[in-house]
Amino acid sequence: MSEAAAAIHTEDHAEHHEELSFLYKYILPVDHKMIAMQYMFTGLIMAVIGGYFAYVFRMQLAYPGESVPFFGIVGPGEYNMMVTNHGTIMIFWVAMPVLIAAFGNFLIPLMCGCDDMVFPRLNRLSYQIFLVSALVLILSFFVKGGGFGGAWTAYPPLSSVPEFSLTDWGASLWVLAVALEFVSFLLGGINFVTTAMNARAPGMKMLDIPIAVWFIVIAVILFMASVGPLIAGAVMLFMDQRIGTTFFLPSGGGDPLLWEHLFWFFGHPEVYVVLLPTMGIVADIITVFSRKKLFGYRTVLYTAFATGGLSFVVWAHHQFVAGIDPRMANVFVVTTVLISIPIAEMLFSYIATLYGGSIEYTTPMLWALSFLFAFLIGGVTGIYLGASALDVYFHDSYFVLAHFHYTFFPITIIGMFAAITFWFPKMFGRMMNETLGKIHFWGTFIPFNCIFLPLFFLGLAGQHRRIYNYDHFPDLATEELQDIRVFATASLVIMLIFQVIFLYNFFYSMFKGEKAPDNPWKANTLEWTVPSPPPHGNFKTLPTVYRGAYEYSVPGREMDYWPQNMPPDES
Amino acid sequence: MNPPSPNQTVLLATSEVALPGHPSRAKPPISSGVFGMLIFMVTEAMFFAGLISAYMVIRAGLAEWPPWGQPRLPVVATAFNTVVLLASGFLMAYSRSFFKQGELVQGRRWLGISILLGTFFLIFQGYEWVQLLKFGLTISSHIYGGLFYLLIGAHGFHVFAALAILIYIWKRLEVTNNSITPEGIFPFQLLWYFVVFVWPILYVLVYLT
Repeated sequence: MSEAAAAIHTEDHAEHHEELSFLYKYILPVDHKMIAMQYMFTGLIMAVIGGYFAYVFRMQLAYPGESVPFFGIVGPGEYNMMVTNHGTIMIFWVAMPVLIAAFGNFLIPLMCGCDDMVFPRLNRLSYQIFLVSALVLILSFFVKGGGFGGAWTAYPPLSSVPEFSLTDWGASLWVLAVALEFVSFLLGGINFVTTAMNARAPGMKMLDIPIAVWFIVIAVILFMASVGPLIAGAVMLFMDQRIGTTFFLPSGGGDPLLWEHLFWFFGHPEVYVVLLPTMGIVADIITVFSRKKLFGYRTVLYTAFATGGLSFVVWAHHQFVAGIDPRMANVFVVTTVLISIPIAEMLFSYIATLYGGSIEYTTPMLWALSFLFAFLIGGVTGIYLGASALDVYFHDSYFVLAHFHYTFFPITIIGMFAAITFWFPKMFGRMMNETLGKIHFWGTFIPFNCIFLPLFFLGLAGQHRRIYNYDHFPDLATEELQDIRVFATASLVIMLIFQVIFLYNFFYSMFKGEKAPDNPWKANTLEWTVPSPPPHGNFKTLPTVYRGAYEYSVPGREMDYWPQNMPPDES
Repeated sequence: MNPPSPNQTVLLATSEVALPGHPSRAKPPISSGVFGMLIFMVTEAMFFAGLISAYMVIRAGLAEWPPWGQPRLPVVATAFNTVVLLASGFLMAYSRSFFKQGELVQGRRWLGISILLGTFFLIFQGYEWVQLLKFGLTISSHIYGGLFYLLIGAHGFHVFAALAILIYIWKRLEVTNNSITPEGIFPFQLLWYFVVFVWPILYVLVYLT
């Protein structure tokens, strides 16, 4: 611990500042920054596993039946297991821990001017349960029968009867891991909302809170309000699998559609749970690098509330072909199309922020801008799918797959890189290499489009999602379609190779990078007023906040930024 | 090997403590412990809403309810048990009135009686389950039994967990020199109100109708 940290509260509790042992500093920390690191590194490791799965099954699609380098021959069971767990991992073990848990933990106390989370030990417990859940999931790949292969949505009866799923314990461990992960985020989420609402610095009013914090808080509230039914469903599914109940089995009086409702009642708000943190991170980054006030702070905030509210009444658009009442489908078409309005409004606010700004193309800014571009494509294609008349044809095709990868890839991967490159100086006290960062950016963003744009056309050509080997389907095994598959796979391999540059830049900069000043980007929010990296306890004294987070280029001021804690009479 | 600092081991972090000579944080309208518990209760309410909607959907899909050949549930005995649980809830509120005035000894006494009634409820439920199992209502015998054990079991599990926490607090209050404050107890009393409040809904839904 640095000397600055030791000087912080010598007056009131001196015993606090002895050097913590390795165990308490790195393995069992209560410090929010260390817990954020734990979440981030666990999430990155899981991302490597998820990316590896994507590589293997894309290779199988491009070169069916051939031995995949670094894996071998892919069997149908393995293929299903990898597709399923790729989705599960990327959403529950990468997007959630990195975007919400890691950056929520890191940013909320720092941006709100607070020395730690309100419930630090709950925070530690949250990570420990999360780690167990990740280990249970990894364990499920190695049990007899292999990992679960019934898609990340786990529709019963396929997922609930071992004779159907062919993965007796794989399926149960998968459910268990997902349930544990929810418990972990429940504990973390309680912390996030309580800290942001109750422990802000003196003077920080509700509308002075940075958008990044607001959006994480809203996302967490959405998660808390939607996850209950899925936990209920997971318990029922687990009971169906293990103790012979028939909640989701028609043969025993159960209802398989019930699971779909319970799952998607959570599953659709979940899209916004992961979207909003990235949206907030992007808002902060584009204001810093356009040197302009965020256009319509309140509008952006209220659209997020509107999105959150609407996200609870759109879930059945995942079930248009599942046999729900067509009259009900009409209602969900309307709500689904309606939800694009607040999201579009948010994007327009961001674009208006960019308009007339002095834009600096730093690496985090490139990521933020590419997020707007890519997410726009994802959002617009979603409108087609939200219309039930079209969805009947598009359902379960590669069009759907390309659509949600154009939402989830920007949210998870682009959002993660934007946040890491932006807050890296604060996290590790050193700057990342800009040149390598830009090479990595273009090496990721161009191949990303080359992977998923062609898949829209495959989907329009009628290619179904869940097929292991298209050679068995003469209509889909034509040379043109196969060429597109090979092109997409080759792009994926190129993209994965470029990630090596990121890993090199990340670890090299962490130890050997240029020392970072306290406020390298000249930003306003409170985390930039403390040393990089922030000491234990963060702030020397409780900061007092005088203004909102986005006062850039205020007319009549010499400095083009105006930190939130700078008294009005200073300049 | 150092334990985490004492200020961090209590429920609230040092963030609640202002440093001398500096402007302090405004006192939040709802204390952090209560706020956190309220958020948790939202999730819990949605969890039970999920179970209840599952119950109603499955029930609506079956031609007859309760199905033929399945044991009937003990409506009257459970009504008595419902009264016991409600009484426990009221006594919890009564003990809260003492805690609020700082009368920890009186508060602890009524907390203890409330816990006793809660424990009675749980044991009585367990006894009923044993009887029902004897009559052949098992979790996998029919979806009727499955739903019964799922809903009532989920509630029972919550009763058990809430009791465990309350007993721990009761035990800690035994000595006067402890770090427990009335504000620290209140969140878990709220949890008990929640458990008591959910029960009549389940009783009407599962036993009466």
